[in-house]
Amino acid sequence: MKLLRHERHTLTLLLNGTQRSGTCEPRTLLSDFLRYELGATGVHVGCEHGVCGACTITIDGVAQRSCLTLAVAADGRDVRTVEGLARDSGKLSALQAAFRRHHALQCGFCTPGILMSCVDFLSRARSPGETEVREMLSGHLCRCTGYTNIVAAVLEVAAQQTGEASDA
Amino acid sequence: MKPAPFDYIRADSTEEVVQLLSEYGEDARILAGGQSLMAALNMRLTQARVLIDISRIEALSGISVSGNTLTVGAAVTQAALEKVVRDDNCVPLLALAFPHLGHFQTRNRGTVCGSIAYADASAELPLCLATLGGIVRLRSRRRRRTLAAREFFRGVLTTAREADELIESVQFPLAAARTRYGFEEVSMRHGDFALVALAGMVSHSETRLGVGGVADRPWVEALPCNGGAGLEDALERLAWQLGARDDQHASARYRRHLVRHMGKALITRLVIENAGQ
Repeated sequence: MKLLRHERHTLTLLLNGTQRSGTCEPRTLLSDFLRYELGATGVHVGCEHGVCGACTITIDGVAQRSCLTLAVAADGRDVRTVEGLARDSGKLSALQAAFRRHHALQCGFCTPGILMSCVDFLSRARSPGETEVREMLSGHLCRCTGYTNIVAAVLEVAAQQTGEASDA
Repeated sequence: MKPAPFDYIRADSTEEVVQLLSEYGEDARILAGGQSLMAALNMRLTQARVLIDISRIEALSGISVSGNTLTVGAAVTQAALEKVVRDDNCVPLLALAFPHLGHFQTRNRGTVCGSIAYADASAELPLCLATLGGIVRLRSRRRRRTLAAREFFRGVLTTAREADELIESVQFPLAAARTRYGFEEVSMRHGDFALVALAGMVSHSETRLGVGGVADRPWVEALPCNGGAGLEDALERLAWQLGARDDQHASARYRRHLVRHMGKALITRLVIENAGQ
């Protein structure tokens, strides 16, 4: 399948559980497609070379950089952004509530990316400790918090999960 | 920044990829995970007329063990290999190196073969492949060939791959009996490119040290087996031989210092561990 450079191509993906379509050139980054075509402006764009982590989303459940992914390469995939976390009920997810409780954000620019990394991380990690959480967070730059409150929020949710798993 | 325009082709088979490569040659770039290529395209450090996306090709997505070799296909992500080597520790050096390799989020998408194709002199996977004496398997329409890692890496971001060749897979030797492995790295931030990365391997008959981040390619040196003063002299020679340079992050002098001191600490530890085995 070949897509020519100066033409706009239609692509369809699952955005936070809803099928959405839009058009773009092959060179359009997924981050820009989500923001400008689909209106998912919770995807923040910082460095556009994979370092800052602000644009992190999940594709098929796996956290990755939307600025280092072509929109056309995500055709047909299951994409989730921060908008999907508290969408229907308007009630914060457990992770978001923990961020709020621990003051794990100030300006909030880095927060959507960090939340999406945490969603994937917490779905896979088995009782993670501070070292694992900090290693995961090393893929994000936060200029406000100094990370301590973010680590506390993630560890609290991880402990809740472990508790629930051992109760079950 | 945004990349300059290019055509995008999603290939469905390895045969289609090598056909396209023979057609487009140097105008084409292989897109697997894109964690190096997309960053370079975004910054316009490189441009391509055509990107060939191989990420959905099933035949390139396998990890397999046969004999004493672990084979990793061109579309296998770093996270997939990380899981395999962590679960059964079949290549201990890789398990030790993975936490230093980019970030959780980039390993999820970045591929093993992509990192080796990009051949950054400070990257961990090329260093591990070279230190272990691994192999790169190349395929074009004309031929298939295999190259030892030491023949494959040629210089700064430069490899022996020809324009019409695809890295179909790479092969890492499995853990050898009675051998200790170690990995150490110093970088500005966890997961950033290494100022100096060291991969050590010590058995009863051989001591090997791989150095990344200093020379123009991963460098592997045989060292005296017994540790002690002979080791210090050998590391002193090695530190100068690598041709370290100053850059905005570290001086050449500091890099030589790291090679000597981290090298001594790493090899000494592995020799002691191996003797106690």
